[in-house]
Amino acid sequence: MAFYFVQFLTGLASAASLFLVASGLSIIFGVTRIVNFAHGAFYMLGAYMAFTLTERFSGALGFWGGIVAAALVVAAVGVLVEMVLLRRIYHAPELFQLLATFGLTLMVEDLVVLIWGPNDLLGRRAPGFRGAVDFFGQNIPTYELFLIALGPVVLGALWLLFQRTRWGVLVRAATQDRDMVAALGVNQKWLFTSVFAVGVFLAALGGALQIPRDAVNHAMDLRIIVDVFVVVVIGGLGSIIGAFVAAVLVSELNAFGILVFPKISIILVFAVMALVLIVRPWGLFGKPQAGARRTPGLTVTPWRPLTSNERLAALAALALAAALPLIGGNYALTVGSEIAIFVIFAASLHFLMSVGGLASFGHAAYFGLGAYGVALLAKLAGLPMIGCLLLGPLLGLLGAALFGFFAVQLSGVYFAMLTLAFAQIVWSIAFQWVAVTGGDNGILGVWPEPWAAGAAHFYWLSLGIAALAVACLRIIVFSPFGYALRATRDSPLRGEAIGIDGKRVQWTAFVIAGTVAGVAGALFAYLKGSVFPDSLGISLSVDALVMVLLGGVETVSGAVVGAIVYKALSIWLVSQTDWSKLVLGGVIVLIVVAFPKGIVGILETLRHRRRSALPKPLAPGMESAG
Amino acid sequence: MSNPPALLSVEDLSKSYGGVHAVRGVSFALQAGEILALIGPNGAGKSTCFDMLNGQNVPDSGRIHLRGQDTSGSKPRAIWRLGVGRTFQITATFATMTVRENVQVALASYQGQLFNPFASMPRFAPAEAGRLLELVGMGGYAERPCGELAYGDLKRLELAIALANQPKLLLMDEPTAGMAPRERIELMRLTARIAREQAIGVLFTEHDMDVVFEHADRILVLNRGSLIAQGSPEQVRRDPQVRAIYLGEGLLYDARHRDGAGA
Repeated sequence: MAFYFVQFLTGLASAASLFLVASGLSIIFGVTRIVNFAHGAFYMLGAYMAFTLTERFSGALGFWGGIVAAALVVAAVGVLVEMVLLRRIYHAPELFQLLATFGLTLMVEDLVVLIWGPNDLLGRRAPGFRGAVDFFGQNIPTYELFLIALGPVVLGALWLLFQRTRWGVLVRAATQDRDMVAALGVNQKWLFTSVFAVGVFLAALGGALQIPRDAVNHAMDLRIIVDVFVVVVIGGLGSIIGAFVAAVLVSELNAFGILVFPKISIILVFAVMALVLIVRPWGLFGKPQAGARRTPGLTVTPWRPLTSNERLAALAALALAAALPLIGGNYALTVGSEIAIFVIFAASLHFLMSVGGLASFGHAAYFGLGAYGVALLAKLAGLPMIGCLLLGPLLGLLGAALFGFFAVQLSGVYFAMLTLAFAQIVWSIAFQWVAVTGGDNGILGVWPEPWAAGAAHFYWLSLGIAALAVACLRIIVFSPFGYALRATRDSPLRGEAIGIDGKRVQWTAFVIAGTVAGVAGALFAYLKGSVFPDSLGISLSVDALVMVLLGGVETVSGAVVGAIVYKALSIWLVSQTDWSKLVLGGVIVLIVVAFPKGIVGILETLRHRRRSALPKPLAPGMESAG
Repeated sequence: MSNPPALLSVEDLSKSYGGVHAVRGVSFALQAGEILALIGPNGAGKSTCFDMLNGQNVPDSGRIHLRGQDTSGSKPRAIWRLGVGRTFQITATFATMTVRENVQVALASYQGQLFNPFASMPRFAPAEAGRLLELVGMGGYAERPCGELAYGDLKRLELAIALANQPKLLLMDEPTAGMAPRERIELMRLTARIAREQAIGVLFTEHDMDVVFEHADRILVLNRGSLIAQGSPEQVRRDPQVRAIYLGEGLLYDARHRDGAGA
C-alpha cells in the first residue's frame, strides 16, 4: 500500500514540470494562436542554463538564484525569438507557424550540443532538499515533496496574475478577441512579446527545476513536448486549469502504467487521450475552436490536370531518370533509390497536406510501420519479397486507419499535435517492445531477393513504384474523391450541405496517405537491409514536411521536386557537416519566412506572371475595370 | 388537417439555451412551389429555427417532417439527401476551385460518384454543370476561380450549387444579405422564377422588407421565439400585432407626426 502511495507522489512530482511547460504553451497559444513547437527546446535550454549557473554559483542562494536566473535568461532568448521570427509569421497559415517553431527546435538541439557537449550532465541536488522522508519503509525524496507543493503554488500565482493585474486582464481580453483589444488601443506587439516571455519563462523554469531529479541531455525537448501535447489535448488548449488537471492525470497514468504494462506503459496514456477525444474533442476544459481560419496568402489559381505536352515532358523526365544506371555507379544508384523512395513518402504527405489541408507532424509513423511490416513478414513469416512488398504496407494502412480515425476528428493545430503524439507512441512501441521489434537494435538482414538485389534493378523497382504512386495520387486528386477532400478543406459547411461526409472523406485520405507512406517504408527496409526505430522517428516526419514545403504546398505535385532537391541536398550536407540539424532548422525557418510558396510554387507564379504579361484582348466587362 | 401532404411541416418546435427560450412552440407547413418568408426582429429566433430545419441544431422538442419523413435531429447531409438545397447567410463555396468545379462536386455527390476512383472530375457532367450555371446567369464565369468572384456572383453560384441535387425545398438564410439593392431584386426574381418553374418550395429569412413583400407567397412572423402572425403579405402588413412589434418604426413615425403637430 505504502508503495502505491509513494508511486502516486512520484507522479504528482513529475506533474509539476509538465504543468509549467504545458501552461506556458497554453498561455502563448491563447493570445498569439501559435502552437509553439519550440516550447520543448526552451524547456531544455532552461535545464542546460540552470546546470551552468548552479555549477558556477555556490550555496543555497546560488542554486535557487541560478534556477530563476536561468529561466529569466531563456525568457530573454524567447523575447528575441519572438521579435525576430514570430512577428513575421503571426499572419501566416498555421502550418508555417508550426514549421518555423519546429525548425527552431532543430537548431536548438544542435546548438546545445555545440555549447554543452553531447554527454548527459548531472546537476547538483537542491540545497535544503537533499534528504528523504521515510514513509512506512519507503523513501520519499524531499525534493519531490517540494515539487508537489510547487504545482498548486504556480497555479495560484498564475490565477492571481490573470485575475488581479491589468496585464492579466489584457491577456484574457486578447485571448477572447485580440482584434478588439488592438482596436481599443492596446499595443499588441508588446502584449504578444510579454505573453511569449511569460510562457517561455514557465517552460524554462520547468526545465531548470528538473536538474536535481534527472540528467540533462539533448533529447529532453522532444520527450517533454510530446507529453505536453498530450496534456494540452486532454486538458484543452488555452486552459490553465486544464493543463494542471491533465498534467496530474498524465503523470499518474505514467507512474502507474509502468506497474501495469512495464514494457509499453505509453498505451495507457494513449487510451485515455483517445477516450477524451471521443467524449470531448476540445479537451476536458477547452472550448471548441472557432472555425478554422481561412488560409491567407493562398493563391487561388485552380489546379488542372497535365496537358498532353506536360504529360510527355513528365514521361521524358522519367525516361531520363531510368537511364541513370547507364552513367551512375553503385553509390549513385543507391542514392537514386533512396530519393525515389522519399519521392513516394513526400508525395503521400503532400496529398494529405495540400489536398486535404491536414498537416500531419507524424507521417513517419506509417512509413516506419510499412518498413516494420516488411521486416516482420520477411523474418517471422518468411514470405517472399513480392509478398512482403504487397502486404508490408498494410501495417501502415492499419496504423493510419486506427490513428487517422481519431486525428480527423480534430483539425489545424490539434491535428498536428495529435499526429505527432501518435507517431511518438508508435516509436515508443518499436523502441520498448524488444521481443518483437528488437528495440534499439532493430531488425537486421532484410535483403531483397536476387532479382532485385542489384543496385540497378533495385533502382528501377523503386523508380517504377515511385512513378506509379505519384501517378495514382494525381489521379485521385482529379477524381471526385480528391475534389470532395478539397471541398471539405475549403468549406466544411458547404461540403456537408451537398452531402459530403467530411470526416469519412478525410479519414479515407489519411488511410490512403498512410498506405502510400507504408509502401515507401517497405522499399526503404529492403534498401537498407534493416529496420530501426529511427524510421518512424520525428526527424523523418519533419524531413517529409520540409520536402512538401520546399516543393510548394499549394501545388499538385510539388513534393516530387521538393523530395529530390531536399534529399540530394541533405545527403550532401550530412557528408559536409556534423551540424545538419542546425542547417536544416535554419533552412526551414528561411523557407517559411522568405519563400513560403516553395520551388514549384515560385515557378508557377513566374510562369503565370509571364503569361499574363502577354498582351491579350480585354474580356467583355473588363474595359471599365481597366 | 392538411389534406395534400405538406412538403415541410413543423409541429411545436422548441429550443432553449439555458433559461432563454429561443424558439417556442413554432408550427407551420410549406407546400411544394410555395415561397415562404420567415421574418422577425433581431433575436426573434429566426436563425435557431432555420438551423433546426437544416440539421445544424437539434430541437429540444417538436417534430419536423420533410416529405413525410421525420428529420428532427438529422444531420445536414441526411436532410440534403431528402432533396433540400441550401444557401448561407455568408456564402460558403469552394474557394480554390473554378466556378464550374464548384457545381461539379455537388453533381458528383448527388449522383453518388464521390468514391468512384475512375471518374475524372474535370470531365464530370460538364453539360449539366453548364446548364445550372446558365440558369443562374453564371454561364460566362464557368472557368473563373471561385475565389475571384464578386459577392453577388458568389450568391448566384451558391444558388446553382444548391440546385444541383434537384431539390424539392430550398432553405435560404438571408439570401440577399450584403448585396446591392439591384442585385437583391435580381437574385430574388431569379429564385422565384426557378421555384415556380420547378415547383420548388422556398423558405427564406430576410431583413429587407421590399424583398419579402414582393416575393413571398406567405409570411411567418417570429417574435421572442413565438410565431405571432402568419398569412399573405397583405394580411401580415395589416396585422396590428406585427405593426406594434415588428414594424415599430411605423408607430414611431405616427408618434413623431403627432408630436410634431404640437411642436
